[in-house]
Amino acid sequence: MSSFAQEVPLSWYLLLSSVLFSLGVVGFLIKRNLITVFMSIELMLNAVNLSFVTFAHEWHAVKGQIFVFFVMMVAAAEAAVGLAIIIAVFRARATLSVDRINLMKL
Amino acid sequence: MHLILFIIFAGFCLAGAINLLLQTHPINSALSLIVVMTSLAVLYLLLGAEFLAAAQIIVYSGAIMVLFTFVVMLLNAGREERTLGSRAALSVGFPSVVAILAVLSTIIIRAQGLGVARLGEGLTNDPEKSNMFQVSRVLFHELLLPFEVTSILILIAILGAVAIASPGHGYTGDDGERISHK
Repeated sequence: MSSFAQEVPLSWYLLLSSVLFSLGVVGFLIKRNLITVFMSIELMLNAVNLSFVTFAHEWHAVKGQIFVFFVMMVAAAEAAVGLAIIIAVFRARATLSVDRINLMKL
Repeated sequence: MHLILFIIFAGFCLAGAINLLLQTHPINSALSLIVVMTSLAVLYLLLGAEFLAAAQIIVYSGAIMVLFTFVVMLLNAGREERTLGSRAALSVGFPSVVAILAVLSTIIIRAQGLGVARLGEGLTNDPEKSNMFQVSRVLFHELLLPFEVTSILILIAILGAVAIASPGHGYTGDDGERISHK
């Protein structure tokens, strides 16, 4: 028991990552608010980051961690631009509901 | 010890993610997302990625989520009304989510040769072997150019965010009126 409690199989981390990713996709589908849809995308990004770090640990490859670092930087830039777009949309349409923001819908 | 920490913080992660889906007010969803990201930082630490754990807390649960809560409060976004989503989401989306999760879990469970994570495996006092040393050596020798290019990317993103969000540009006034009356 003591030796078992000291270590965790890496597949558990990967399972957690895939479950988090699926929850992010479900949130993307069921949420009706533009900001929470965006948050679900961030959740998916985080889930993928977790699997990157897990594989970096498995193969002792530090470049996997650096890839996560770059993903974080791009996510920061993406969040800034995305939230600016949300502010612009709210200013134009006075709503955040994705059902009413349908200008580009076919 | 590692198992206990993993179970606690993986549980926090899943609880936060599910709470993000269940809450109807965006500010509650944002706070649940902060819980998810901070627990993920602890999991990074368990996997021996100290630098990423710190960066996760500073960048994600610090900067990005402050931006989110700021926008939620600025726009005064109320409760979202529940709709069932589009027909495409119901008929194509949810079955594909289930399929993706099933395929991924099957592959992960049946994968052979995946190792185990031990507590404190990557932590060392030896400066030549520490995680920080390895990350910075690759980042500032091999990948120096991409690292500098991302700083330009962030600068452009800041300028773009200011240009898009500033009033008087883009999609306001007459055009917005016409669309809201339609």
